[in-house]
Amino acid sequence: MKTLARRLFRFVQAAVRDLAPLVCVIAFFQIVVLRQPFPDLAEVLVGCVFVVLGLTLFVRGLEMGLFPLGEAMAGAFVRKGSLTALLAFAFALGFGTTFAEPALIAIASEGARVASEAGAIAAGAEAAAGYALQLRLWVAMAVGVALVIGVFRILKGWPIPVLIVAGYLGVVALTPLAPERIVGIAFDSGGVTTSTITVPLVAALGVGLARSIRGRNPIADGFGLIAFASLTPIVFVLLFGIVGTIGSGG
Amino acid sequence: MELAGFVLSTAWASALDLIPVVAVLLVFQLAVLRRPLPNPRRICIGLIYVFAGMTLFLVGLHEALFPIGRTMALQLAETSTQSGGGGSEATLDWRDYLWVYTFAAAIGFTTAIAEPALIAVALKAQETSGGTIPALGLRLAVAVGVGVGVALGTFRIVTGLPLPYFIIAGYVIVMLQTLTSPRAIVPLAYDTGGVSTSTVTVPVVAALGLGLAATVPGRSPLVDGFGLIAFACVCPIMSVLAYVWLAHRLRRKPPAGGAES
Repeated sequence: MKTLARRLFRFVQAAVRDLAPLVCVIAFFQIVVLRQPFPDLAEVLVGCVFVVLGLTLFVRGLEMGLFPLGEAMAGAFVRKGSLTALLAFAFALGFGTTFAEPALIAIASEGARVASEAGAIAAGAEAAAGYALQLRLWVAMAVGVALVIGVFRILKGWPIPVLIVAGYLGVVALTPLAPERIVGIAFDSGGVTTSTITVPLVAALGVGLARSIRGRNPIADGFGLIAFASLTPIVFVLLFGIVGTIGSGG
Repeated sequence: MELAGFVLSTAWASALDLIPVVAVLLVFQLAVLRRPLPNPRRICIGLIYVFAGMTLFLVGLHEALFPIGRTMALQLAETSTQSGGGGSEATLDWRDYLWVYTFAAAIGFTTAIAEPALIAVALKAQETSGGTIPALGLRLAVAVGVGVGVALGTFRIVTGLPLPYFIIAGYVIVMLQTLTSPRAIVPLAYDTGGVSTSTVTVPVVAALGLGLAATVPGRSPLVDGFGLIAFACVCPIMSVLAYVWLAHRLRRKPPAGGAES
């Protein structure tokens, strides 16, 4: 019981340490630079307690749930030996988690608003909703494809820089062709696709795969899945913008 | 009660993140693998911890830090614009926004330190490398990158220079660094670019970008407001590769050498 309490204390301590800098920066700018009091100090303190508790639970849950789950799935797929099943799993994981991602939903509706104001799509809420849905589908497919490529790379042991450089050359080539309003959204969509729950699972999956396959190094080959998942959405959204421009005849 | 409703809606958002993961896992587990996973009870408890932790974390952030952070970003942008010549474009100078850059760098650094996804990847890297890549060192390197990135991004919004130039230049530097870095560390460095921008960083940084683009004369929030996140994605890759290079120099041996053999 005593060791449990001590371990719990260590987790809380780590969470406090992780959060303290952010709280200090906000307090400094509020008090010293903007010279304003905190609007509701009690609420802020309660919020901070929530954040510390939440971070403590999350990190504990990572080590108990998400990490072992990712590695166990990776091991099970390697033992089963079916490449199709593994790649289908990778695609489903990437597509499923991205399509429902709240941050992506927010960005997509924002993108639809921009397109609507620019007159690129028909006016009205229905057209905007359809556009946002299409944008989400493209990004979700991009992440599914990213995980398929990433898993395939781990299996084959391909060097990652070549693939990433090829991807970014694609981005550089497509950027001038895409309409200007989509470019900022495209670059941002790479960052929002990887949610806090997907990232640990995908990292554990990659490391688990690299561990289960002989001749692979868990550090050099196990990481990199998230890098693909941040890159392909940029390419896909730029393509989406280009296709949309051609489709609307301008 | 207002708080209870907010807790529920946040729990729903966390559930939306978790449900597809669990659904995909279950389908493949039942239909394809058909073999029980080790320790299912422990994994279930862990998933509940993750869900409850994410919900509490987000509720706390939205209650305590985000509202202040957002108002702060707006106020800093406004006061900088006003003090620098009352809002007429001719008298405004990028140097009027020094507090904005300072705030951007500080908020980028500290939100990256508090980012749960980054904690997860850093823990995994430390465990996988047998401790040769310390979790805290990696997180500090990423946080420096995010801080520099967000500051550069605000500078771009103030000056109105085109986004693609910066991003393309950033990736060219990353490519050059890749050629001179130990092979084992490169995938991890690339991964940090994606994970550094998540639950904590995105809302505050996006508010800063949109607020700044709305107050700086001659900028449009629609064209210039986006793109800060992109900076926060590229710069950590650079800083992590630089950190590895520096550690290599100081120690005279590759920092990931222990894991490579």
